Amino acid sequence: MRERATPLFLERRSYRQRRLMDAARLLPLLGVLLWLIPLLWPQRDPAGEVAAVSTSSAILYIFGVWVLLALIALFVSLMLDSKAETADDGNV
Amino acid sequence: MATLNILIAVCLAYVALLFAVAFMAERAALKGRGNWLRSPWIYTLSLSIYCTAWTFYGAVGYAARSGLEFVTIYLGPTLVMVGWWWALRKMVRIGRTQRITSVADLISSRYGKSGLLAVCVTLLALVGITPYISLQLQSVTLSFSSFAVSDPVGASLIADQDTALWVAVGLALFTILFGTRNLDANERHHGVVMAIAVEAVVKLFALIAVGVFVVWGLAGGISPMLERIDASDIGQWQMDGGRWVGLTFLSAAAFLTLPRMFQVLVVENEDERHLRTAAWAFPTYLMLMSLFVVPIAVIGLELLPAGSNPDQFVLTVPLSQGQEGLAMLAFLGGFSSATSMVIVAAIALSTMVSNHIVMPIFLRLTQGGVNGPSDVRHVVILARRLSIGVVLALGYLYYKISGGGSALAAIGLVSFAGLAQLLPAMMGGIFWRGATRNGAFAGLVTGFAIWAWCLLLPGFGGGVLPASVMADGPWGIGWLRPHALFGIEGMDPLLHAGMWSLLLNAVVFVIVSLLSFPSPLERLQGAQFVNIFDHSDNPQSWSGGIAQSEDLMIMAQRILGPEMVQGFFQAEAARQGLAGYLPEPTPDFLARLERELSGAVGGATAHAMVAQIMGAATVSVEDLLAVADETAQMMEYSSQLEAKSNELTRTARQLRAANDKLTQLSVQKDAFLSQISHELRTPMTSIRAFSEILRDAEGLEPKDLTRYATIIHAEAIRLTRLLDDLLDLSVLENGQVNLNIRDGLLSDVISHAIAASGSDMHTMRVRRTGPAAEVMLTTDHDRLAQVFINLIANAQKYCDADRPELTIDVSRRGGRVIGTRRIALLPSKPRGIHPIPCGPTLMGLGCCEE
Amino acid sequence: MAKHVLIIEDEPNIIEAISFILSRDGWQVDTHSNGHDAVAVVRARAPDLVILDVMLPGRSGYDILTDLRANPETQDLPILMLTARGQARDREMAEKAGASRFMTKPFSNADVIEALNALVAP
Repeated sequence: MRERATPLFLERRSYRQRRLMDAARLLPLLGVLLWLIPLLWPQRDPAGEVAAVSTSSAILYIFGVWVLLALIALFVSLMLDSKAETADDGNV
Repeated sequence: MATLNILIAVCLAYVALLFAVAFMAERAALKGRGNWLRSPWIYTLSLSIYCTAWTFYGAVGYAARSGLEFVTIYLGPTLVMVGWWWALRKMVRIGRTQRITSVADLISSRYGKSGLLAVCVTLLALVGITPYISLQLQSVTLSFSSFAVSDPVGASLIADQDTALWVAVGLALFTILFGTRNLDANERHHGVVMAIAVEAVVKLFALIAVGVFVVWGLAGGISPMLERIDASDIGQWQMDGGRWVGLTFLSAAAFLTLPRMFQVLVVENEDERHLRTAAWAFPTYLMLMSLFVVPIAVIGLELLPAGSNPDQFVLTVPLSQGQEGLAMLAFLGGFSSATSMVIVAAIALSTMVSNHIVMPIFLRLTQGGVNGPSDVRHVVILARRLSIGVVLALGYLYYKISGGGSALAAIGLVSFAGLAQLLPAMMGGIFWRGATRNGAFAGLVTGFAIWAWCLLLPGFGGGVLPASVMADGPWGIGWLRPHALFGIEGMDPLLHAGMWSLLLNAVVFVIVSLLSFPSPLERLQGAQFVNIFDHSDNPQSWSGGIAQSEDLMIMAQRILGPEMVQGFFQAEAARQGLAGYLPEPTPDFLARLERELSGAVGGATAHAMVAQIMGAATVSVEDLLAVADETAQMMEYSSQLEAKSNELTRTARQLRAANDKLTQLSVQKDAFLSQISHELRTPMTSIRAFSEILRDAEGLEPKDLTRYATIIHAEAIRLTRLLDDLLDLSVLENGQVNLNIRDGLLSDVISHAIAASGSDMHTMRVRRTGPAAEVMLTTDHDRLAQVFINLIANAQKYCDADRPELTIDVSRRGGRVIGTRRIALLPSKPRGIHPIPCGPTLMGLGCCEE
Repeated sequence: MAKHVLIIEDEPNIIEAISFILSRDGWQVDTHSNGHDAVAVVRARAPDLVILDVMLPGRSGYDILTDLRANPETQDLPILMLTARGQARDREMAEKAGASRFMTKPFSNADVIEALNALVAP
């Protein structure tokens, strides 16, 4: 392939590109995991025996994850070479 | 108070602004000055049609009732967007390279351009989306009436007016104007996209403005706000895990499958790189849209009297505080949400309806009797416009019939669940090559049926499904109860229906796909879709690489036929300055070959075939050969038709020839009879004349008597000979004569004839030329000699030259010795005589023809 | 004065037969047996009447007749056509070409004499 025939600098660069693609692939999985966590929180209990997580904390967490995901997506899309998309994404 | 009048004025002004924006964008795009139209920001903002009036107003109401659950509607799309590398990137690439026009087109193209699937998807979309459009009309109507409450004069005014109708008509007008302005091959609508981008900004700004007013104006800052939230009814975390996961999944699925989302995500996409910006910008937009939902809900619950409609808090909270300007802004935000959704949904649906239902029917009805492409263009545009009208009319009718209210409000998620049925066929199609048309169809029908039975029909409330069916199942079959399929009770109806429909949909899709066998076209399209990145780097060109011109030639011959292909390859080789049949596989040559092939098998197939042979293996050779054979069969069929018509032509030609021959024969027969008549009557004339002389004349001298009797006798003998010859001829003609066939030299025959004819050098000189001595004949020599005797006798008789001379020239012609016509012409050879007036004599001609 | 008849015929026996019966009827008989110079012979000998055969060596009797009718000198010359082909078409062709009388071979001698006398009668 083209990458193998190019100098070391580009070799490293293309390696970095492939890891960024991995990151792009993993990002939604990260989002799913982080947004599944609230299900483990203690819920509002009619008997009032367990202190439920307050809605304000929930908002902070959920929106925090949201911002985090957006920032990572921003980072990945800025770093990804615009030519990377046309490359064969099966390469590792 | 003139609030309502101002509201209507502002509303109209806003609509006018949208028209102007759309118009300017179209103009700019037309003049090529629309670079700013193609920015990734416009693309991102256009995606905001996901946030409809249902989410704009409804999210606050949702939060007031169920806390944070509303956020799932936004989490799904966020996950899809940040996961753009998986699905969206692929969909956009497929949409661009395959020129996909709608979600129905995507699915039908993937499964071998199946018309049935396209119709199926279109109907599903119509059923799923029409109520959603009604919902938008309702929300506009409701927001009007929210204002009207504070304006008694206006309330009566509003009551008389059918707001929903006016909104529907206005939207239809806008959509027809800007959605069907031109019939762009790419189906892109710059004006519409620009208008909805403006609306996206307006609705976000409106919601944030209300939020800021609530948090800082009413609650007094962030911390007091958070305290108030925690103190409210929804202040503690409470979540049904099933709904949390299920709704997130449903919204994610709907984000991919909703026709309007597909329209802005894929069809209106200008540049694949825009997706990278949207990947983080759109989640941010969604996050901002939902940021102030809970604060507004909490404050609304606090401030407004119990029983107020929480769905209108966005409007009623500012109104209750006397912030009419802010309320008006909020109204415009909701109005924007409703209109942008309706416009794009109408465009997407009308594209599907006209492309997959109206046009096929039209083309079938007209049987292809269309006068050129401009005709079709007009029909397509007309079909689009009518479809838009019909879609909006359906939405309006649904609104009127259902009577609005809460029944309609629930339709949002029902619609999501319906459209999500497309997910297995869609994702299976772009990720799994084994997916087949039958599988997709079976899965879709299964999912659609379960969704309609468990969610759509019960959702209509009483009347559509009787209570007995809900309680006991149809015909008392308990496990078919709409809310408790297979006896599993107590589930949330939405989750219940969504789970069963999608689960069985996917299972049926996979099983039928595994069991059925795809057509070659399906396989090729499947390979194209699944491996889109392998061969769409540069869709129009091929790089050289390993040359396999011979393979290309063999494949092409199967499709186009040997003569044409060999001619084409030879011409290409000559163009490259090469001798022979095999040109170098330059990109130019391959592109031309592809074009030739695509005339027979379609562009996608042709490309895949060439790709296969050029080493970019995406399909097996067997697949290709199967396609080639199928095409060859079709070609054979058409060439059979052609052969049949050729045969008819040939038969006609043969008939004509036979007729000519018959005519010729008839002429010959006439000539023959005429000749016989002459030959027979001449001796008879003498006989009669002299016998009458003998009878009537007296006193004839004995010398004369003898002489006349001799003449009569000679003529009688001549007559007998003629009759004998004639009998011989008829026997010959009937094929009943036994010819005495033996070998002999032609020269012997001629010598015999000259001797027998009594000709000598004094009366007529006979010259013989040509290689007669070498010619060996296998024939009846006596009869042939008779032919020559007759010829020589005729020549003697008709030649009046001073020194008569007959030339007998023997020549070979072809494999046969002495053509019959040649003999027939011999009498004209002698010099000094004129051609015999009536052609060769009876015997000469007749016998020789035999 | 004896009428002058010219017989244009290629069959010697028929010439002899006709010559014999016409001579006996008091005609001055002249003969010619070739088609291609027949027109010239007619003009040269200026007969009162011509007996013309159709199938002549050198030229068809119809052609000769047409030529004779085209010439003012021989325009009104009585001509009796003889033919061995008895088809209706031949009769039509003879009439078209301008034959005064048409007879089919074989003929009755008496008919020929009667026809000739009728043709030269004032």
